[in-house]
Amino acid sequence: MRTIVVGAGPAGVRAVEQLVTAGLRPVWIDEAPDGGGRIYQRPPLGLTRDHRQLYGMEAGRARAVHDTLDALKSRTDWRPNTLVWHIDPHNRTLETLCAGQQATLTYDNAILCTGAMDRVIPLPGWTRPGVTTLGGAQIALKAQGCAIGQHVALVGTGPLLWLLAYQYLKNGARPVAVIDTTSFAHKARHAAALLPGGTVFWKGLWYMAAVRAAGTPVFEGARPVAITGSGDEVKAITFKTASGATRQITCDAVALGWGLKPEAQLADLAGVPFHFDEPQHNWVPEKDATGRTKVPAIYLAGDGAGIAGADAAEMAGARAALALLEDAGRTVPGPLTATLDGALARLSGFRATLERAFPFPADLARAMPDDTLVCRCEAISAGDLRAVGGRPATGAAPELNRAKAFTRLGMGRCQGRVCGPAGAEILATALGRDVAAIGRLRGQPPVKPVPLASATVQEAAE
Amino acid sequence: MRLKRLRDLDRPQINLTLDSTPVQALTGDTVLTALLAGGAGALSPNIFAQEPRAGFCHMAACQDCWVMVEGLGRVRACATQAADGMVVRRL
Repeated sequence: MRTIVVGAGPAGVRAVEQLVTAGLRPVWIDEAPDGGGRIYQRPPLGLTRDHRQLYGMEAGRARAVHDTLDALKSRTDWRPNTLVWHIDPHNRTLETLCAGQQATLTYDNAILCTGAMDRVIPLPGWTRPGVTTLGGAQIALKAQGCAIGQHVALVGTGPLLWLLAYQYLKNGARPVAVIDTTSFAHKARHAAALLPGGTVFWKGLWYMAAVRAAGTPVFEGARPVAITGSGDEVKAITFKTASGATRQITCDAVALGWGLKPEAQLADLAGVPFHFDEPQHNWVPEKDATGRTKVPAIYLAGDGAGIAGADAAEMAGARAALALLEDAGRTVPGPLTATLDGALARLSGFRATLERAFPFPADLARAMPDDTLVCRCEAISAGDLRAVGGRPATGAAPELNRAKAFTRLGMGRCQGRVCGPAGAEILATALGRDVAAIGRLRGQPPVKPVPLASATVQEAAE
Repeated sequence: MRLKRLRDLDRPQINLTLDSTPVQALTGDTVLTALLAGGAGALSPNIFAQEPRAGFCHMAACQDCWVMVEGLGRVRACATQAADGMVVRRL
């Protein structure tokens, strides 16, 4: 039985751990050189790898994931630096690319642990050099020891906004502003419901308190208006405060993000159905609580199957592997599956509350100025998109993929990863429909650009 | 944009070129870090918008940091390790 695990973040590591414990030697593929996922990404050798410094309160978890990852590499067919760019669920094959070498791998079972990325709302000026995602600003710090500028403004909402503010502060790069689109009152209203989250809740409160205590200018319930600058320099961010006053703060870099979205392109190509999850306000691939999907032999775990955070990802990875083993006729430890099922159910409730505490401000995307680029790859503006949505019923784009065909929105290099959520809000408004009713940008192979000239190696099935 | 180095400054120096201009960097840098901490300001411009770009996601997803590296071809700067003597060109 050839089992393939895609991804070596928290979910992938714990999935592989269970498979290896059961005596399997899975193929283990990760696009990064050294695993860990984005959350526990390690710097290259030569930079500090001190867990305490890099991962703060998550140091223990990060170390445990890294130790397990390193111990498992030699017990698997470990393939780092390898992109999976297509999956064919009928022939059960994966297409991979590593150092210019194309390979087709067959599988009997696959666990997809493909992670997540930032969910972005474009603002005027957001494509200028000096503007990154919150996740990007975090990776610059964590994996490369850099801040994205001298004077960094952080914009968006969600746990990552505050965690990043705290991490920049701790590393001697206090942000010049933290601009949270969620008001303090809104968060406070959800505080009681978040209490069952235990340490996650208290850590969040600690980050927020520490950022304020250090004198960081904090604006909650604010609305970003524009990032201004010239050439390849950011010079300021303009926003409206909760009271409606317009403020401008001088900065040379801006990081932005409103929660995360699943990197679910492979699940899509595998034929897994999706649904619109309202608390997350994201399209997510459908799986049951164990990670099984409606597609035979395809299992999902971690944030790639719906945002649930790193702790849940570890458990979901283990659980999906146990489901796979069970389906393959193996005996799996009953108490372990029961423990995981209980913990995952509790975390799922907490996550929905967390999403409600930091809601996606769809109105901000919907109100984007006509001349702002939505699609940064193909340079499609909000006005371009509204024009196709706003046509009379005949000839209009009634859903997102039609709008893609008309405008090229989402047809560029990033495949709609960045523009998808905001583009959907704009089109839904132009059509006068609910965002869940206009569909989502369908995944297309290759899920990331691959060179036409890559050499092909056909690997024999085991 | 210019990345600000906050730690690990004692690494060995490496030298790259970007469009024939020398760029000093440190061992362990990605090409993105090497160029943006070394004063490049921007990477390849976006041809549709005709405006400068310098990457966005830093996690190999957005494809906004493409550059040409001699011997490697077109790469994402954020997902490519910098090396001494590397010859980089904007697209």
